Amino acid sequence: MRYLKKVLGGGLRQYSMVIALVALTIIFNIASGGRMITSSNFQNLISGNAYVLVLAIGMLMVIVIGQIDLSVGSVAGFAGMVMALSARDFGLPWWLAVLLALAIGAAAGAWQGFWLAKLGIPGFITTLGGMMIFRGGVIWISRSISVPAPQELKVFGSGYLPDWGPATGINNSTLLLGIIAIVAFAFAQLRGRTRSANLTGKTEELWPVVVRIVLVGVIIGYLTWVFGTGRPGTSFPVPGLILVILIIIYHTITQRTRFGRHIYAVGGNKTSAALSGVNVQKTYFLTMLNMSLLAALAGIMFVGRSTAAGPSDGTGWELDAIASVFIGGAAVSGGVGTVFATMIGGLVMAVLNSGLMLMGVGADRTQVIKGLVLLAAVAFDVFNKQQGRPSITGRLFPTKEGKLQDGEPQKGTPASSDS
Amino acid sequence: MERPLILQMQGITKLFPGVRALDDVTLEVREGDIHAICGENGAGKSTLMKVLSGVYPHGSYEGRIIYMENEIAFKDIKESEKAGIAIIHQELTMIPELSITENIFLGNETVNHGLIDWDAQRRRTVELLERVGLTIDPDTPIKHLGVGQQQLVEIAKALSKNVRLLILDEPTSALNETDSANLLELMRGLKSRDITCIMISHKLNEIATIADAVTVIRDGRTVETFYVEAGQIDEDRIIRAMVGRSIENRFPTHESHPGEVIFEVSDWRVEDPNIPGRMICKDSSFFVRAGEIVGFAGLMGAGRTELMRSIFGRNYGVYLGGSIKIRGKEIRVTSVASAIRQGIAYVPEDRKTLGLNLLDSIRITTVSANLRGILRGRLLDLDKEFQVAEHYRDSLNVKTHSVNSGVTTLSGGNQQKVVLGKWMFTEPDVLILDEPTRGIDVGAKYEIYRLIQHLADQGKAVIIISSELPELLGISDRIYTVFEGSITGVLDRQDADQEKLMRMMTNTSKLESNAERTEMLYEVS
Repeated sequence: MRYLKKVLGGGLRQYSMVIALVALTIIFNIASGGRMITSSNFQNLISGNAYVLVLAIGMLMVIVIGQIDLSVGSVAGFAGMVMALSARDFGLPWWLAVLLALAIGAAAGAWQGFWLAKLGIPGFITTLGGMMIFRGGVIWISRSISVPAPQELKVFGSGYLPDWGPATGINNSTLLLGIIAIVAFAFAQLRGRTRSANLTGKTEELWPVVVRIVLVGVIIGYLTWVFGTGRPGTSFPVPGLILVILIIIYHTITQRTRFGRHIYAVGGNKTSAALSGVNVQKTYFLTMLNMSLLAALAGIMFVGRSTAAGPSDGTGWELDAIASVFIGGAAVSGGVGTVFATMIGGLVMAVLNSGLMLMGVGADRTQVIKGLVLLAAVAFDVFNKQQGRPSITGRLFPTKEGKLQDGEPQKGTPASSDS
Repeated sequence: MERPLILQMQGITKLFPGVRALDDVTLEVREGDIHAICGENGAGKSTLMKVLSGVYPHGSYEGRIIYMENEIAFKDIKESEKAGIAIIHQELTMIPELSITENIFLGNETVNHGLIDWDAQRRRTVELLERVGLTIDPDTPIKHLGVGQQQLVEIAKALSKNVRLLILDEPTSALNETDSANLLELMRGLKSRDITCIMISHKLNEIATIADAVTVIRDGRTVETFYVEAGQIDEDRIIRAMVGRSIENRFPTHESHPGEVIFEVSDWRVEDPNIPGRMICKDSSFFVRAGEIVGFAGLMGAGRTELMRSIFGRNYGVYLGGSIKIRGKEIRVTSVASAIRQGIAYVPEDRKTLGLNLLDSIRITTVSANLRGILRGRLLDLDKEFQVAEHYRDSLNVKTHSVNSGVTTLSGGNQQKVVLGKWMFTEPDVLILDEPTRGIDVGAKYEIYRLIQHLADQGKAVIIISSELPELLGISDRIYTVFEGSITGVLDRQDADQEKLMRMMTNTSKLESNAERTEMLYEVS
């Protein structure tokens, strides 16, 4: 047990959500007679959920500032429809139509950001209005009819990476991605070890780092193999790659930029943030703008996958995105949550969907189970907070080693109860 | 003379994971006494009171509690309330939107045939309010009351439950001098009705004037109990017992070497953001020299905080006119960010609601007002962040085992040091400190004073707002007085004394009766 802790570099509990995800996948694999962990199922899982996860990234930031965005599904549908219509009726080239859709998303975000930031209307109301406005808008401009989308977009929704070079038995693009991921992880681990040694003067033993690298390497390697050995012509899906790139970008934004710090500051304590020089209104505005921009991107990916924009595209997506964020341990009151944990939360939902479907459970009962999982996950977090610990899953993958275990002695110690 | 004991706590030990919060604590309280408990922050005072009132249920601690001659084992607060023990917390717990009556009877409604009997409740509320010396409409929403009045309503609420033992956790820490005096007077009144009071307090002068007995707790142990009739209560003795050493002087000696005027505010005019036409600052002008510590005295609601926050990037009120000069150069500050960039720092009065994000670690807090300071390219340099946090932890002597710990793990004094570090990292020329030692124990106060003097010695202009006149007299080189938004005067330290300041703060030639002063105060606030 002690050795296990060293390998995980802190508490086991930090990884509870990841472990739950892996366990869930394995259980479903057994229950479905090995149909869960297959190339085609994993590929579908990723390309069928990438757009929701893209939304969840934006939603995480919105929830961290203490707001909520109910309009994302409508905005996604609206942007996708504008793209399809502008390509079909005005003959715009596909790339221009995509840019137009993104611009529509940004404009929708600016509109909602304006009501929230400048006029102080709560995000719930602002975006409830937006939800109706943009849903009405989609139906209006499409006259309630599906519109075919340019073929070139298919790659964003369900495309695969090309194969090239020598026949390795694995799709070479996927193989390359897997190798890059393993090398990057190993590099980050080793560099983190020397840096923390330079800073604190305490060197972590080498073996746990190596075990960690091997462990993660095996997992990534296995995933590479699963994704890369599907039907000929398939690979790690393009929407998955888009998602990975966005995760890296947004992880960096939230953890390593001033804007990122500002959103946590505003969500944690608005007044104290304002007194520390944070422009609260600007932070609100940009976060809402970013959310709708990502919603437009999600809409584009979805239209690409289904090759047509429909008037009811995006219905209910906001709820999936919000559920992912909360399963990932974000706090309703704001200030807590990370992009990684949100992605784990979203994947738990996706695996549930996929696994239950494979087992022949109907959509009705799937919905019931997802609802219960959401409640259980949040109850788990609330329970942990009552014990005076920071949210486990919310602090999942902290920015630096040991944030969680150091933050542990909280309420109840005389230091805090007396002050 | 020997009065019976209403409460005996024997051998109370309370463990938290890794911490022995209370270690064999003994407390004996005589019926009808005002019994003060003092000790440094973190000594275990509040924990002891939570044990007594059932917040920590029986079984989660060791030891015996004998109350009114019976051994008790409360499972929760409800049970202790039923037994006549009421606790009034530091943070007031009433619901601002509800009326006084609704708050007093919340959870304890007078019900007649399944419906609330409002008339009976109102009548009873008026009676209760009379007992605490308030004559206000019982339908007034709590949010319209000042802090002092709210506290009195809390006490009225406790009285409504036929309280025998009233516990007050730092009752005067948020009150100004008149309200504090009223409250202490009321406690004396309760005593004459045979209600026993236990009072946790940092304010030794209050304890000396009002308490019949004082128990000092240090590091989770009872140090000593002093009794007034034995002539044992004097401030120095209590301090010695609290810190385990004697503090000769509560203020470190310091010689200032003021240089040129580096901070100058002229004809500053600000309007109330909510009530157009009402001025918060009326043509205020003042200056501070480099290396000088300047105090701002005034009653609560006089507009000191509002003045400073309006200067700090127009964070409060509507700016109507006036200019700010730093080192002789006029600057324009239209936002907090620009104020920080131009060398102004403001440490707000309430750490928990204004100064800190309680979710943050020490490390993130330290850099939060100057993220540019750790920027490398467009990204934050987290190694630099760690180094900066470590630097301030060392130089400010913050007691923590890691800068990655959450700020809530720190005691009040250490939290304040972290907040000071956060503002020192912005490298200001002008440092405005609003009530920098509120709710901090004696030992930590001394450290904070030394830090302030150290900052002045580096040539910074330091402004201190404080409601405690002895503190201002102890640490400032010059003191401005503020009354109803106007600066009414300025005194050098050697010319100032409490009475003169109080006169200028109330803008009167002589101090009027207590009642008139109170009235005036409410008009102001």
